[in-house]
Amino acid sequence: MTVYLDHAATTPILPEAAAAMTAQLGRVGNASSLHASGRDARRLVEESREAIARSLRSRPGEVVFTSGGTESDNLAIKGLFWSRRAEDPRRVRILSTPIEHHAVLDPLMWLATEGAKVELVEVDRLGRLDIDAFRAALESDPDSVALVTVMWANNEVGTVQPVHEVVEIAHAHGIPVHTDAVQALGQLPLDFAASGVDAMTVTGHKIGGPYGVGALLVRRELQLTALLHGGGQERDIRSGTIDPPAIAGFAVACEVAVGRQLELAEKLATLRDALVAGVRREVPDAIYNGDPEPGSEHRLPGNAHLEFPGCEGDSLLMLLDARGIECSTGSACDAGVPQASHVLLAMGSTEECARSSLRFSLGHTSTRSDVDALVEAIAPVVERARNAALSLRAR
Amino acid sequence: MRVLAAMSGGVDSAVAAARVAEQGYDVTGIHLALSRNPRSYRTGARGCCTIEDANDARRAADVIGIPFYVWDLSERFHEDVVEDFLSEYAEGRTPNPCLRCNEKIKFTAVLDRAIALGFDAVVTGHYAQLRTGDDGLIEMHRAEDMSKDQSYVLGVLTQDQLAHSLFPLGDTSKSVVREEAARRGLAVAAKPDSHDICFISDGDTGGWLADQLSDVNHGGSIVDADGEELGKHEGSWRYTIGQRRGLRIGTPAEDGRPRYVLDIEPVSGTVTVGPRESLSVDGLSAIRPRWCGTALSPGVLLECTVQLRAHGEEHRAVVTTARDAVSVTLIDPASGIAPGQAVVVYDGSRVVGSATISATHRAGSPLAQARG
Repeated sequence: MTVYLDHAATTPILPEAAAAMTAQLGRVGNASSLHASGRDARRLVEESREAIARSLRSRPGEVVFTSGGTESDNLAIKGLFWSRRAEDPRRVRILSTPIEHHAVLDPLMWLATEGAKVELVEVDRLGRLDIDAFRAALESDPDSVALVTVMWANNEVGTVQPVHEVVEIAHAHGIPVHTDAVQALGQLPLDFAASGVDAMTVTGHKIGGPYGVGALLVRRELQLTALLHGGGQERDIRSGTIDPPAIAGFAVACEVAVGRQLELAEKLATLRDALVAGVRREVPDAIYNGDPEPGSEHRLPGNAHLEFPGCEGDSLLMLLDARGIECSTGSACDAGVPQASHVLLAMGSTEECARSSLRFSLGHTSTRSDVDALVEAIAPVVERARNAALSLRAR
Repeated sequence: MRVLAAMSGGVDSAVAAARVAEQGYDVTGIHLALSRNPRSYRTGARGCCTIEDANDARRAADVIGIPFYVWDLSERFHEDVVEDFLSEYAEGRTPNPCLRCNEKIKFTAVLDRAIALGFDAVVTGHYAQLRTGDDGLIEMHRAEDMSKDQSYVLGVLTQDQLAHSLFPLGDTSKSVVREEAARRGLAVAAKPDSHDICFISDGDTGGWLADQLSDVNHGGSIVDADGEELGKHEGSWRYTIGQRRGLRIGTPAEDGRPRYVLDIEPVSGTVTVGPRESLSVDGLSAIRPRWCGTALSPGVLLECTVQLRAHGEEHRAVVTTARDAVSVTLIDPASGIAPGQAVVVYDGSRVVGSATISATHRAGSPLAQARG
């Protein structure tokens, strides 16, 4: 039996979403075609758009379908930067945080080679944006800021960001705010209209939906420069033939996940607390990274990020994997090569500490027995990994 | 038995892993990420210069049906192999980085970590054979296929390392390994063999050394055996003993015959050249001996054969040891031998041990070079 503790990477598909997708897979019809089959496909897409809009408290016209989180982030950041700078060439600054996902950081670094001045405002030891430093950075010269992008909740350590305060500060100067809410959807209450953000990234596979489909919620009045040029299928800012089965599955997953969010958050927080307490009972020197306070203003309910001093994270991962327990070192991988997490480093961790951490992330299929299996396995695994680290250090 | 298969992404290590998996071992595949290649957008990110090799290894592991991970040993590799390679060249010696990697990385860093993580042995695709001798010790012998024999680069392994190693290809020829890879559906069956030093991606060792060592040694004189200056050069690390091409000496030798590098003196940067017969060596001093089994007792004369470079020929020799030094008398003289190279001692097909050459003794010449 696999103990799956990596829901932040991807989630098992919900049966409702799989059923909605498979019901569509055998049907023909390009949603842009004018005949009956095309209209049927279009109707399905628009009903899905409305369902997502209802779930996330946005207007249907604000939902732009994309291929997922990475594309939504790229579209929001590059699209906003280019259009805002075109309106006023002084707008070259982008304010963000050093703990964003690579789907945000890499477009920012790329834009920096295109004339953008990227400022990553520091975070505290819990991984939360320093809002005073953010205010100071923005207000030092608000006219030069093209946009702000701050994630809703961090994917590695689960810390919830002060997005409402960011919006308040930015909007006082008419600056648009994008947020990557990929991890938050389904785990925290999200209300696009009430949040005040101008653009929000969400994706299907983190909420029990299919891979390869996501959306950028973006206010109608906001101008975005397109990344993909072609048929202009999505509001003329995103081209490419629309994928009705994937969109249908995504919409159903979104409705189910949002409908069950409160119940799931409560269940996950209880399991997560049991996981952290159990692991720390077995490994007393394990350190709980991120914000220790529970609650939707503090931490994702399904996230447990633990540091095991003296261990290499990838040894721990391998030993747990051999016992059927699947988790993550929570760091970006390139050809599977582990790197020290940029998130932990930004939180003030040393490279060595950053490399001795594991992320356990719970989701809709998690059970108490998953937690028990981990707690039972962890002590001997940590001991072994410690010996291995010692053997590497010894010459 | 739980074994860790080191998979380079090549055909040999893939077939080695497949064979032990088929024999019923509990096999886990790993690919060693040995070099750091900072990417443009991710400052400080660790990539691997051989992402394609890592993918090939991963696909082989999929076909074999074993778990697969990448281990980042780039820091250890850089310290123990790359920096050692550079400092050896800077000192005028000619090191073999593959031997060093086997000694320090594959059969120390990886093996120690594997044992600590609960594995019993490391499996590689090296061509060498392990047998248990009459005394119960593990013996390492040359591969059945002499053209692929890699016992020379494994000559640094000790009994404890050999006892935790498996070389499943030692009795097989390369062509059979390729056929077997194809039969097993391994996509690397036709992948070309690697020849170059893995951390010098374009194969231009001289150019790479020039980049890395430009601050160390700016040049010096090229002289003949009498000390007469024949020309100038731009860094002694551009030369290896026995080298003939690229000397760029204006004046020809009096007898018109080609000249070879005989000696490199790194402190003054002096490179000595002379006729081919001056390269002939009939004795060696060596340090840092490593014995595969029982150490040779001091004072005992061992009649044996020695190999002085990878894929080099065998020379009959007599070897003795005293403390940490090894002295080798060559019955069959050798040519173009440089300090820093390894001497591997064989008793028939069995590897006795190895040491690092520190000085060579010229046949019929008092000129001896020492780079201890």
